Amino acid sequence: MKTLFKELLFPLIAVLAAFVVGGILILLVGDNPIVAYRLLLGSALSWPDGIGQTLFNATPLIFTGLAVLVGFRCGLFNIGAEGQLYVAAFATAWVGITFASLPAVFLVPMCCLAAVLAGAVWAGIPGVLKARFGSHEVINTIMLNFIGIALVSYLTQYHYKAPGDPILQSVPIGWGAHIARLGKFIPGLPERIPLNLAFLLALFCCFLVYVFLWRTKWGYEIRSTGSNPAAAEYGGISIKKQIILAMAVSGALAGMVGINEVMGYRYRYYDGFSDNYGFTGIAVALLGRNHPVGVILAALLFAVLQHGGIYVDGFSEHVTKDIVQVLQGIIILFVAAESFFKYMSGKLRIKNPGKV
Amino acid sequence: MRDIFSLGLLLSTIRVATPLILAALGGMFSERSGVINIALEGKMLAGAFTAAAVTYAADEKLHMGNASPWIGLLAAILAGLFIAAIYAIVCIRFKADQVVSGAAINILMFGLPGLLSGAFFLSSGSTPQIPKAHLIPWTPIVIAFGAVLLSWYVMYRTPFGLRLRSVGEKPEAADAAGVSVNQIRYSGVLIAGVLAGIGGAYLSIGQSSLYSRNMTAGRGFIALAALIFGKWKPVQTMLACLLFGFTEAVSYVLPGLVKLPSGNDIPVQFIQMVPYVLTIVVLAGFIGSSQPPKALGIPYQKEK
Repeated sequence: MKTLFKELLFPLIAVLAAFVVGGILILLVGDNPIVAYRLLLGSALSWPDGIGQTLFNATPLIFTGLAVLVGFRCGLFNIGAEGQLYVAAFATAWVGITFASLPAVFLVPMCCLAAVLAGAVWAGIPGVLKARFGSHEVINTIMLNFIGIALVSYLTQYHYKAPGDPILQSVPIGWGAHIARLGKFIPGLPERIPLNLAFLLALFCCFLVYVFLWRTKWGYEIRSTGSNPAAAEYGGISIKKQIILAMAVSGALAGMVGINEVMGYRYRYYDGFSDNYGFTGIAVALLGRNHPVGVILAALLFAVLQHGGIYVDGFSEHVTKDIVQVLQGIIILFVAAESFFKYMSGKLRIKNPGKV
Repeated sequence: MRDIFSLGLLLSTIRVATPLILAALGGMFSERSGVINIALEGKMLAGAFTAAAVTYAADEKLHMGNASPWIGLLAAILAGLFIAAIYAIVCIRFKADQVVSGAAINILMFGLPGLLSGAFFLSSGSTPQIPKAHLIPWTPIVIAFGAVLLSWYVMYRTPFGLRLRSVGEKPEAADAAGVSVNQIRYSGVLIAGVLAGIGGAYLSIGQSSLYSRNMTAGRGFIALAALIFGKWKPVQTMLACLLFGFTEAVSYVLPGLVKLPSGNDIPVQFIQMVPYVLTIVVLAGFIGSSQPPKALGIPYQKEK
């Protein structure tokens, strides 16, 4: 219990500190921080729209947060979740379009498999490049983001767009590839809210990632590689294999965003759909202390902010929804510079030697 | 084919390459000192927004006339410095993970211009238009190419350059020789802030006449790619920037001029991919190998 408290304490301090800095910025642009924060945080609590929309927003962030987490646990920084989820979403739509006439029993698993495989392959490339040539995964995943996004944009524009459609989006997927919205099962939650079965899949994936990393041999080997590669190699673990495996699992998780987006929300591939999910995933994993439970909490926080951003845009005088990105950036900076807080608390202690 | 390789294309290549050269050279000073710089994008955004906002304010509110873009440029340099200072303190003083903090700076700067622009100009999408007479379309180009020569000189012909390189390769040895590792790294990161800030300013008050949302559109990352493609060396990096600038310039003119055998246009997306694919290939060592500085990304811990 005590360790849980300690694990929660630091992210909480980081979030609060970011809110203080953000509050100063809000004051500077001429608004009342309390009013702005009430809009930002309060709007998510309304039932059914606020809560439904927030949980929907949290779904892709849980997937990308888990993706970044698995990479981190292996000592890898997968900054390419953004590209992986685009490629995967397109692959999902491609299967849903190409085999549109199949019944759901076949098409749903096929589409899900396409999302997972496409994500795994797109992340596996930098994994192989790192294992085989030692080239840095950070650079390669950044490059593959641009390549992947351009590639699916090309495929959509030239091969899968309905003729004459002014919007850069694919033709719709078959009915058999749709997954149910949760409004179907929950009384009071209208089906226009796009929260769908992928949310439950995201929660289940948190459990799976926990089991995979902490309860299986593969997970143990990945974590050993991440915490001490030299010792892991000495202990007979093939680091190269772990790098490729971790990147593939990471990409598969990022790829599942495609299930939420294509099969549960828009029922087609929509170019440019991601609201920086891949990059927010970095913030989610870091703030969540690289633990699946932390990922859920952090994803919820960012989903609340994302939802509140729309209200801030509409109802506050000066502050815009950009404040969400700003807060996110400051939160990551504070989490990254953990030693800053240790330094500060050390300073405070010297000032007040009596109290600790 | 002759229609493509024209003077227009050359000029357009230089124009596209200029912000890349500035940002990539900045990244070189940072990375050769051992600090990864994926935050170039954020620093460019800071420069681009500040330059446009300050130039507009100096022009409209303070009636500074022809001096306004220079004040804008200066402000962009300060903005780049400010962001670089935050990055430097977080990475060097507090030894935070450089890639994580760089990503944080990028995310922060993705939002901050919109927030400030929304407050000051009541439009979070873009800053107001600056009159054409008060732009600086040529100076940043001169600065960029001048900076290549200066960087080469500083890097290979001055004690500072030697120290910078040694700190990036073998910080322990540099430290033992009496060089302050962190001081040199602070300088490297701050120089990156200045140059990326100018690069950003060129986008808003050189090439264009306002700041629009996410104006850099990944140029900070292309600059990073060029830096790697240029093997972290000034002249090669400039050539890489020109090559990447050329591919982008070609992508503007190609669709109307060259057709595939099928009679369709060459998809612009494939031309856009070229710099990124080349970077992956060169990083993997398929065409000559590109080796990063040895101490890149590792915070320096002085032995006690």
